[in-house]
Amino acid sequence: MMDAIDSSLVDWSRAQFALTAMYHWLFVPLTLGLGVVMAIMETLYVRTGREFWKQTARFWMKLFGINFAMGVATGIILEFEFGTNWSNYSWFVGDIFGAPLAIEGILAFFMESTFIAVMYFGWNKVSKRAHLASTWLTIIGATISAWWILVANAWMQHPVGMEFNPDTVRNEMVDFAAVAFSPVAVVKFCHTVSSSWVLGAVFVVGVSCWYLLRGRHREFALSSIRVAAWFGLFAALITAHTGHQSGRDIAMYQPMKLAAAEGLYEGSAEQGLVLGGILRPGADWTTGSTDDHFLLKVEMPYALSYLATHDLQGYVPGIRNLLEGGYTLPDGSVALSAEEKMRRGRVAIEALAQYRAASEPEQKAAALATLRQNFPWFGYGYLKSPGELVPPVSITFYSFRIMVVLGGYFIALFAGLLLLGQRVTRWKWAQLAVVLTIPLAWLASQAGWVVAEVGRQPWSIQGLLPNVAAISKLDVGSVQTTFFIFLVLFTLLLVAELGIMGKAIAAGPETDETSA
Amino acid sequence: MTLGRTLWCIILIKLFIMFAVLRVFFFPSYLQGGEEEKGEAVSAELTERMAPLPPPDNDVE
Repeated sequence: MMDAIDSSLVDWSRAQFALTAMYHWLFVPLTLGLGVVMAIMETLYVRTGREFWKQTARFWMKLFGINFAMGVATGIILEFEFGTNWSNYSWFVGDIFGAPLAIEGILAFFMESTFIAVMYFGWNKVSKRAHLASTWLTIIGATISAWWILVANAWMQHPVGMEFNPDTVRNEMVDFAAVAFSPVAVVKFCHTVSSSWVLGAVFVVGVSCWYLLRGRHREFALSSIRVAAWFGLFAALITAHTGHQSGRDIAMYQPMKLAAAEGLYEGSAEQGLVLGGILRPGADWTTGSTDDHFLLKVEMPYALSYLATHDLQGYVPGIRNLLEGGYTLPDGSVALSAEEKMRRGRVAIEALAQYRAASEPEQKAAALATLRQNFPWFGYGYLKSPGELVPPVSITFYSFRIMVVLGGYFIALFAGLLLLGQRVTRWKWAQLAVVLTIPLAWLASQAGWVVAEVGRQPWSIQGLLPNVAAISKLDVGSVQTTFFIFLVLFTLLLVAELGIMGKAIAAGPETDETSA
Repeated sequence: MTLGRTLWCIILIKLFIMFAVLRVFFFPSYLQGGEEEKGEAVSAELTERMAPLPPPDNDVE
């Protein structure tokens, strides 16, 4: 029956979801990052009483509003896709996925949309402090929204706090705290939100440097750079720290993703971290030796062992080891081979079928016991060969390096801007470099998502449900049609946003520079 | 047109396209019926999509 699912249906369903999610993710990090910057500007206004800061905050709020308006509801399309294209997945995850999304919609989104109205229309209607509180509550609401979305995503990466109910064929939440405060969710939230702050800060220093290049709004630009560079440096350091913690989580819960991100075919103790390298095009990552997969690489000795295990001598499995098993896991047990996991997965699926078909209580109990025993490998039963467990290595490898290199560059950029201070006004090339950095912030942010999502292929839910079992059996043509509709729609909206944002930036702030 | 009106216009057009066109014509709910029927349908899908068992080894040496 597996032949009934066309592999191109899986690819187009993934492409459609990736397009929608990546488009949505153009707006979210700017909302989260720019929101904090404008709230800091308004806080400075309330503390100092200077009109200059009020006008500065209002200018960044205007850009925040454009971004918010253009991005609003783009995430809803993802929910349409869950119901239509990913119906098996949506049913299988049950309320575990639904609960965080519902909390996000009811609590965080309404909080955000209530206070954003006061923020935009309440300048002369509420007190300064009430307005400031509304501004902070708007961005706190947006950030809480991100929390619940990331809780749902983290559960897919590391499913916890649930029990599979074979009667309903759904996973049911048995421990809300385990889901909501899963260590993967906490680290993912901190890493994603702090990286969004970095993006917001890069946007602010970039736009400010554009004004310096044009010789306009000098005091506004310098003040904005000072605030955003401090904030950006703080955020970039948190991002680096949480990135390290995220690497540790990946090593524990998704070792194949780590192996793909590192291009690690043959693992070892005292494993080095690939600082940079060129993968051999078309290399087969299911066979061969390490040398077969790289044209060139530079390693930092011991660093991957330390990243993954906090021990310079720690063992890190490579792709071959993960497929063949046989190495010792941190808990002392021996890792299973992919073949054995696939066998156990099939046993679990067959037990589910037997349970549902059984009429006698004894038969049901026996099938249920078998299902429970083998459920951790349930998703492996849908894989036809161990090679399907290897994600696209080159995309994951290069995206990881783009993210890390740019993260390091942003730290240097913010530190450099703080060191330069007002001297940045003399160096046109530096101003231009900062302006050109703006798209790099989005590149880094999107690369991070590519590592997180492409690196965990073929899974929709790690270990439990691969894409081939998660998708709806739709006509490929209908998925292709909606893909291209979205492509056109998103491109038009993006062009419109860039046009409106560009006009607002060109118009500039209404600051009275003498009051700075 | 002021910035605010332009943004409201874009938001309304976008919401109309999403909810009145895409949702209605392109994204129907795939699973139909009550909870039991949906569970039955997903159960059948998950069972049928299991990978076929590999052929037995033919080691003749």
